[in-house]
Amino acid sequence: MIKRLLKCVREYKLSSVLAPAFVIGEVVLEVIIPVLMARLIDNGILKQDMRYILITGAILLVACICSLSCGVLSGLFAAKASSGVAKNIRKDMFYNIQRFSFKNIDKFKTSSLVTRLTTDVTNVQNAYQMLIRGAIRSPIMLISSVTVAMTINFKLSLIFIAVIPILAIALYLIITRVHSVFMKMFKGYDKLNNIVGENLHGIRVVKSFVREEHEKKKFFDVSEYVYKLGSKAEKIIALNTPVMNLCVYGSIIAISWIGATIVVNSSETALTTGELTSMFTYAMQMLMSLMMLSMIMVMIIMSRASIQRIHEVLVEEPDITPPENPDYDIPDGSIEFKNVTFSYANDPERACLSNVDLKINSGETIGIIGATGSSKSTLVQLIPRLYDVTEGEVLVGGKNVKNYDLAALRDEVAMVLQKNVLFSGTIKDNLRWGKEDATDEEIVHACELAQAAEFINTFPDGYDTYIEQGGANVSGGQKQRLCIARALIRKPKILILDDSTSAVDTKTDALIRKAFAEEIPNTTKIIIAQRVSSVQDSDKIIVLDGGRINAFASHEKLLSQNEIYKEIYNSQQKGGLE
Amino acid sequence: MPGPRPRNMGPRPKIDNPGKIIKRIFSYLRGKNRLYFIIVLVCIITVAVATTTSSVFLGSLIDDYVVPLLGQKTADFNPLLIALIKLGALFALGIFASWLQSYLMAIVSQRMLKEVRDDMFCHMQSLPIKYFDTHLYGDLMSRYTNDTDTLRQMIGMSIPQTMSSMFSILVALVAMIRENIWLTIFVLLTVVVMLFIVKYVGSRSSKHFVLQQKSIGQINGYIEEMITGQKVVKAFTHEQKCKDGFDSINEELVENAFQANKYANILMPIMGNLGHVQYVLIAVVGGALALSGAVSGITIGVIVSFLQLSRNFTQPITQISQQINAVVMALAGSKRVFDLLDEQPETDDGYVTLVNAKYNKNGEIEECEERTEMWAWKHPHKDGTVTYTKLEGDVVLDDVDFGYVPEKIVLHDISIYARPGEKVAFVGATGAGKTTITNLINRFYDIADGKIRYDGININKIKKSDLRRSLGIVLQDTNLFTGTIMENIRYGRLEATDEECIAAAKLANAHDFIMRLPDGYDTEITENGASLSQGQRQLLSIARCAVADPPVMILDEATSSIDTRTERIVQKGMDSLMCGRTVFVIAHRLSTIQNSDVIMVLELGRIIERGNHDALIAQKGKYYQLYTGAFELSSGNQDSDV
Repeated sequence: MIKRLLKCVREYKLSSVLAPAFVIGEVVLEVIIPVLMARLIDNGILKQDMRYILITGAILLVACICSLSCGVLSGLFAAKASSGVAKNIRKDMFYNIQRFSFKNIDKFKTSSLVTRLTTDVTNVQNAYQMLIRGAIRSPIMLISSVTVAMTINFKLSLIFIAVIPILAIALYLIITRVHSVFMKMFKGYDKLNNIVGENLHGIRVVKSFVREEHEKKKFFDVSEYVYKLGSKAEKIIALNTPVMNLCVYGSIIAISWIGATIVVNSSETALTTGELTSMFTYAMQMLMSLMMLSMIMVMIIMSRASIQRIHEVLVEEPDITPPENPDYDIPDGSIEFKNVTFSYANDPERACLSNVDLKINSGETIGIIGATGSSKSTLVQLIPRLYDVTEGEVLVGGKNVKNYDLAALRDEVAMVLQKNVLFSGTIKDNLRWGKEDATDEEIVHACELAQAAEFINTFPDGYDTYIEQGGANVSGGQKQRLCIARALIRKPKILILDDSTSAVDTKTDALIRKAFAEEIPNTTKIIIAQRVSSVQDSDKIIVLDGGRINAFASHEKLLSQNEIYKEIYNSQQKGGLE
Repeated sequence: MPGPRPRNMGPRPKIDNPGKIIKRIFSYLRGKNRLYFIIVLVCIITVAVATTTSSVFLGSLIDDYVVPLLGQKTADFNPLLIALIKLGALFALGIFASWLQSYLMAIVSQRMLKEVRDDMFCHMQSLPIKYFDTHLYGDLMSRYTNDTDTLRQMIGMSIPQTMSSMFSILVALVAMIRENIWLTIFVLLTVVVMLFIVKYVGSRSSKHFVLQQKSIGQINGYIEEMITGQKVVKAFTHEQKCKDGFDSINEELVENAFQANKYANILMPIMGNLGHVQYVLIAVVGGALALSGAVSGITIGVIVSFLQLSRNFTQPITQISQQINAVVMALAGSKRVFDLLDEQPETDDGYVTLVNAKYNKNGEIEECEERTEMWAWKHPHKDGTVTYTKLEGDVVLDDVDFGYVPEKIVLHDISIYARPGEKVAFVGATGAGKTTITNLINRFYDIADGKIRYDGININKIKKSDLRRSLGIVLQDTNLFTGTIMENIRYGRLEATDEECIAAAKLANAHDFIMRLPDGYDTEITENGASLSQGQRQLLSIARCAVADPPVMILDEATSSIDTRTERIVQKGMDSLMCGRTVFVIAHRLSTIQNSDVIMVLELGRIIERGNHDALIAQKGKYYQLYTGAFELSSGNQDSDV
């Protein structure tokens, strides 16, 4: 787990090494400076030697400057390394998420991914900084004080040695107990994020049903849950300080007693009173570094849960992957379904699509019509491999879609989704999603085809109009036309419109289809629609019913032979759509 | 694609008035928290006293207890033993106090976080729709986690640490003054220099911490937007662009995080070494003074003990400076939290409320507790009398003008008369202002001019929550919540029974597909119902509205993703649902609205035609052209239709 995270150090290796290196310099000077200070008093002031005072003072100043430089540099490199590593972790996570299939995302949930990328990474960043600065300092201080203590009186220093395993056991117990609590607490954070996110997206629903109080109650429950776990975890950690203090204070008392007896019984031969005093100083020093160490420990305990959560994202393997030797060439826009069965749960018993056989020639215009929940969207989402079939196979250009490189396949299969999403950015930015290097002419042309140019031109900023997140400042019909333009701009071999003109009026809808027929005759066009008028001039129409193909024929033929189609057609004739 | 444009996310990278923010943070120490915090303070002082006393004791241990024993034939260790037991007792007290301190702090800090979060959420619920339309969701989410989290470090660690350091400083200061006032003044002068440095570095650091929290918010927003739109990203193989966009925000964050931590990290070594320099200066200056004997009272002995004291004095200052990091970060985080809390909530001056009602013996309307399927507006008057008006669903818009921004009016002279039980339809090109009108009726936005009356009452006088309770709304963009299908339907009326929910689902024709789901009505919905089709989600949101059973309904493209055949079936249910209710319908599909009592044709924010289907057809105007497909309503108005 740690190994995978260490891979994120990358270009910050040097900083990660330099930071602790300068810490060592700082620590060495920190040991030397008090010695110099003691000498300043003993040899200078007490002996009233002004020259000695000045010389030692000068040396001390130099030492201070060195210590300052080391301290500043270690601080600098530590900041650089920790923020850099955090950057790389976020980057690796986000890149991996981009490879995720929808199943992967469903597994984690959006809200959890967001917390993992921010809160968890921040925890790791803080822990890493603590680690490369403090994790060197404290042990060095600890070891040096214990070592010096040993040279003064070995027997007495055994007290220190005896204390350390007790501490280790106590720390181990705390860490193991607190980890599971932290894991739960972070899950609580995910829930918290989820509620806030849902409320932000659905604020209109909340307000119009006057459910503010209901939502508050839901939120309070989660927030109470997070509080309980958070305080539980911190209460366990709170045991850390008293345990440390107990050990150090205990050893001070032990040293006082045993030390005093040794001094008195040996009449200062085994241990002098001065040496006993310095033992106390070292015991205090030990206390300080143990305190530091325990603080670092707390950070590491906390980040352990975060590391695990980050690691889960980093090692998650997308379940839709391109083959080893992918095919980049999609010969044409023909599509074939061979006995395809599909289930979101990957269980043929609960299939959304059953035994679908279909053959579409390149350049044809195909309409799909069917009742709500008849799996129209599901059917077309198998073509660009947004999902993989459960059984059977889907062929594009005569080859199984699983043989293609994913990017190459999706480049040729442009899809306008039912739930259109525009991103915050200008209209141009959004259209260039379709093709990065699209020229202004290409953009204008695509917008003309999608009948979007007209309304864009009425905007004061035209193609540079800023679209708010989710396209909040354009209307539904405008959004749909922009999305169509975005798909057209890539000049795909297959174009799929999943009910993407539902908010566009019939006249514009007809103009769009006319433009398709005239301007992109070689592109295979699949149109899912509610309106018969949107599909009736297609070469062939698929009638879907409960996940099965009920009929696949031309408008005229269906009208004379297919009951479902006839019924839909009549419902709309009477409704007077045409 | 460039990074999201920074919007209302904290105007300047600067913390104005940190004292005020700290005061506000402390205001969360209320009730039990305050008591706990006082106990914590007592504990901190106890620990500090124990530590100070024990170091004094250890200093005297050898002289008082060990040296006298030297040379004695039979050493009497009893005094030492007693002294050690006393010391042990003091230590025990210190240990207990330090445990109690961290234990209570765990409760206090976590409870404060909870209260801050709860306050934020409550306040967020009270904000006007406009706020949500203009802020990045992910950035707001970040305030609940990343920004409140910064408070934990500060309350849990920095405050206790600072408190105990302050105590040590105080002890050292008193001792120093008793030793020599002039040298103390000299030490204090150097401290002033140190404080200037803290201020300089601290303000640099704080600037970048503010930027860091802002960047975290931005990155949160970007991730949220991209993962929510993952299908589009994938369908367009836009992963690379998406990564590039992420990288640029990530780089910005790393730069801010680096700068912030850099300044925070270098503060400690600077302070520590300044302490050393001060030590040298005292030694040199003091030594010279003592040797020359120029100033009386400064002797060698004084200098020696003073040097020790000055270390005791500057060390805690260094320790405090180490906490600056956490404090500044917490200030930056809480500033963002308080920014949200300071947003102006939706104003509601309404005093007319909705109550259950029944007729009394005299045939007058009377308020009652139980649900009677009859409601009345309770209208208190200035003279203390209360009148009741029966809720009928009579909605009148009288010469209404409206603009999302005052300079730009998008609706002009809108007058609509919807009698109880009537079905009013809005037809018009996208952007004509159809949705905007409905946003005004439930007061998501307030009108600029004109009047809207509901059962003869100006809606500005009606309490917003009661007004909205009387209006059911089904939106085109369906939003479902995490929970079971049943819970989602029940959202319309929380006290509805399972049977009522199922009946509503049947009415909306959602029952059949729900029964086909693996767990039926108990199927869990996650991620806004990602596993349901768009049409199925719309059916659920119709069922949700049906359960609410409101007297007035607004259907905004409620059936746009439902196929016409299903719609016809739903329509039957809808018709029985709409029976006796005032209904506002927005639909592109003219079949949906054909049977309306009145159809309003909107263009560029004005009503250009009105009448029922037959009348409009006979009129041979825009509606006729639209109906026959001969004309497309121009989509000229570029303003939000949402």
